[in-house]
Amino acid sequence: MTLDPVLLSRLQWVWVISWHILLPAFTVGLASYIAVLEGLYFFTERPVWFRLSGFWTKLFAVSFGMGVVSGITMPFQFGTNWSRFSDITANVISPLLAYEGLMAFFLEASFLGVLLFGRRLVPRWLHFFAAIMVAVGTLFSSFWILSTNSWMQTPAGYEMVDGRFFPTDWIAIVFSPSFPYRLTHNVNAFYITTAFVVMGVGAFLLRRERSVDEAKLMISMALDLLIILVPLQFLLGDQHGLNTLAYQPAKLAAIEGRYDTAAPAPLTLFGIPDDATATMKYAIDVPYLGSLVLTHSLDGKIVGLKDFPAADRPPVAPPFFGFRIMVGIAVIMLAIVVAGQVMRRDGLRYRSRWFLLLCQAAAPLGFVAVIAGWVTTEVGRQPWTVYGLLRTADSVSPSLTGNDVALSLGFYIVVYLIMFSTGVIFMSGIVRAGVAEADDEPDEIERGLPVRALAAASAGPATLLPPAPAATPEPGA
Amino acid sequence: MTIDLVPIWTLILGLAVFYYVVFDGFDLGVGILSGLVSPASRRLMMNSVAPVWDGNETWLVLGSIGLMAAFPLAFAIIIPAVYFPIVVMLLALVFRGVAFEFRFKRRALQEIWGMAFCLGSAVATFAQGVVLGAFIQGFKVEGRHFVGTSFDFVTPFALLTGLALMFGYALLGSGWLIMKTEGDLQAWSRRAGRICLVGVGIAVVAVSLWTPLVDPGIAQRWFSWPNIVFLSPVPVVTAAIAALCWRALGGRREALPFLSAIALFLMSFIGITISLWPMIVPHHYTLWQAASAPGTQAFLLIGTLFLLPVILMYTAWSYWVFRGKVRADMGYH
Repeated sequence: MTLDPVLLSRLQWVWVISWHILLPAFTVGLASYIAVLEGLYFFTERPVWFRLSGFWTKLFAVSFGMGVVSGITMPFQFGTNWSRFSDITANVISPLLAYEGLMAFFLEASFLGVLLFGRRLVPRWLHFFAAIMVAVGTLFSSFWILSTNSWMQTPAGYEMVDGRFFPTDWIAIVFSPSFPYRLTHNVNAFYITTAFVVMGVGAFLLRRERSVDEAKLMISMALDLLIILVPLQFLLGDQHGLNTLAYQPAKLAAIEGRYDTAAPAPLTLFGIPDDATATMKYAIDVPYLGSLVLTHSLDGKIVGLKDFPAADRPPVAPPFFGFRIMVGIAVIMLAIVVAGQVMRRDGLRYRSRWFLLLCQAAAPLGFVAVIAGWVTTEVGRQPWTVYGLLRTADSVSPSLTGNDVALSLGFYIVVYLIMFSTGVIFMSGIVRAGVAEADDEPDEIERGLPVRALAAASAGPATLLPPAPAATPEPGA
Repeated sequence: MTIDLVPIWTLILGLAVFYYVVFDGFDLGVGILSGLVSPASRRLMMNSVAPVWDGNETWLVLGSIGLMAAFPLAFAIIIPAVYFPIVVMLLALVFRGVAFEFRFKRRALQEIWGMAFCLGSAVATFAQGVVLGAFIQGFKVEGRHFVGTSFDFVTPFALLTGLALMFGYALLGSGWLIMKTEGDLQAWSRRAGRICLVGVGIAVVAVSLWTPLVDPGIAQRWFSWPNIVFLSPVPVVTAAIAALCWRALGGRREALPFLSAIALFLMSFIGITISLWPMIVPHHYTLWQAASAPGTQAFLLIGTLFLLPVILMYTAWSYWVFRGKVRADMGYH
């Protein structure tokens, strides 16, 4: 049997990016959370904010370090496995990727060191400022990456010359039609993901009666943010869906599991899609609801996949199920968040065993939803890499054989499993240790200056170096 | 009116590659050397690069994206042609990075992670050397694609450059260690540096003889009249720097071995540039033919000219902060 280099290259991409995306999904939100904690500490001078910020900064350092390491492999994928895509699209998308790299580096170089190691070395306002800049930096990274992805989904601002894309309008390229929706939907998803982790960690600590005050703050801050962000996500998701209907109707049909055009269209809650016969088996339909949700009218027309040439249809199952997992998780999240608000009185939410257990169990839900949503949008874009213009099959490096990619994929699987399982063990160790009781014991690192992100978290061997030259003692610390 | 930005991007990318080779080169070299010493010394060695290695590695990302942005055709041909060296290099770097981070956790596992750090460094370096060798030799190209197989990189020449780069990075690493350590480890680094220098010397001579013999174009470039007059200082200066490096390794100067090793890399870099100029895909495409659209280069240049100097200044500052010797009594507790 011969292995298909296109399919295997796609699997390899899925493997490396799925692991990588988990880290920004966490760090983007966490950077903003840390900035808020630093701000609260700066303005109120309550030591609890300082302790909370220190605790989360340790976890941030570990995940950021893993993000850097797994991120190095990403740009090379464009060359190793998708060289034709690179050749054809580089004029348009490579500056967006390069800006992401430069800005991420800029942020890492300039402000991350101060945030991680500078607590007692720089004035308090500067530490707060560094936290804000790191948060802004992660948002800029998201901006450029999602801009690149949006252009691949809804290309604009280009002209084709000799089968390659050339830029004509950078504003149109950077702000392609799906970009505003994708950016807000994604960043909000990242914030929600982080908030659920914060809440889950708080619940974990509270159940063990460890760092009780801090744990309660984690839970209440997360719940108060989520009661806004989770409902907002339904709105943003709806808007994103309307944008998809307008620009990527085939993807939308796949998400809906709609093979036949219908007006009015029902909403298929569940079913088993069968692409070979283009039918939805065991479908559970709600009449009119599809039209209502997507066109905001009772009899709006939804174009089915059969209206597209067979060669231009995405596979239905991954976007269909991915979307339902994502929305299902959102509904569960909403229920938890509402319950948390209802149980406000008398601190019931801090005492209820089952609620804390639920919060703890829900901690990884955001990650699952992010991956499910990503599968929905990326597989839904198939069979194109640049929607409607460049096919995935025409994007892969022509020299690769199936065996080549099978071998490299095997390598990636082994190394990533080692790396990520070690990282998870490492981070759960930090969580289990709880929030440091006293903040009067400066880390080796802080006396000695920037070392390495993860080394910092382990309060390890930081200082090989002479003591900090200009350590400004931090007032109030 | 449009300005030709290709020379500017060639310069930026050339400097970025050279920066990467020197800076990640020395910490990879320290990794290679760390396999040859006692566990205690290895910890010291790792500590000496701890604050800087990941910043150095980030230049690999900038270099690869920079190549894609400024010379996408070269990126699209070269990278798939060295598919496995790239994959192996990336994974070795991941492994090495992780080994570096997690060795702090448990003492029992420190030795295993320490060895992983050494092996990861060695494999990544060898893979980079293979990429260099394959690049100099050139690739099978039709139209805008690499059309060879993913194992074309396996040639005696590429294996030689792989080995050569291991000696080269280890030389840089020993120069770094001479600056950052004292006593026995420093003395050991001086001896190790001399062995590496011999390896580098043999490799440079071998490559310098091999390439013109195999490639008539390169022979023409170096030996035709009047080029031979203008270019003859290159090997002469290289030899002089090698002699200087040898003496510095044996003497008492602490920074000179490292600086002369960097100069040796610079001369090799210049030599390769002379051999290949103006091709970015040897035998097939010039820098101008492989360049991205002028609008693309201009759009990226605006931000680069602002961000890159800031990054460099910060980097210089962090090296300043971490100046001085590493000592055994610091770091572990």
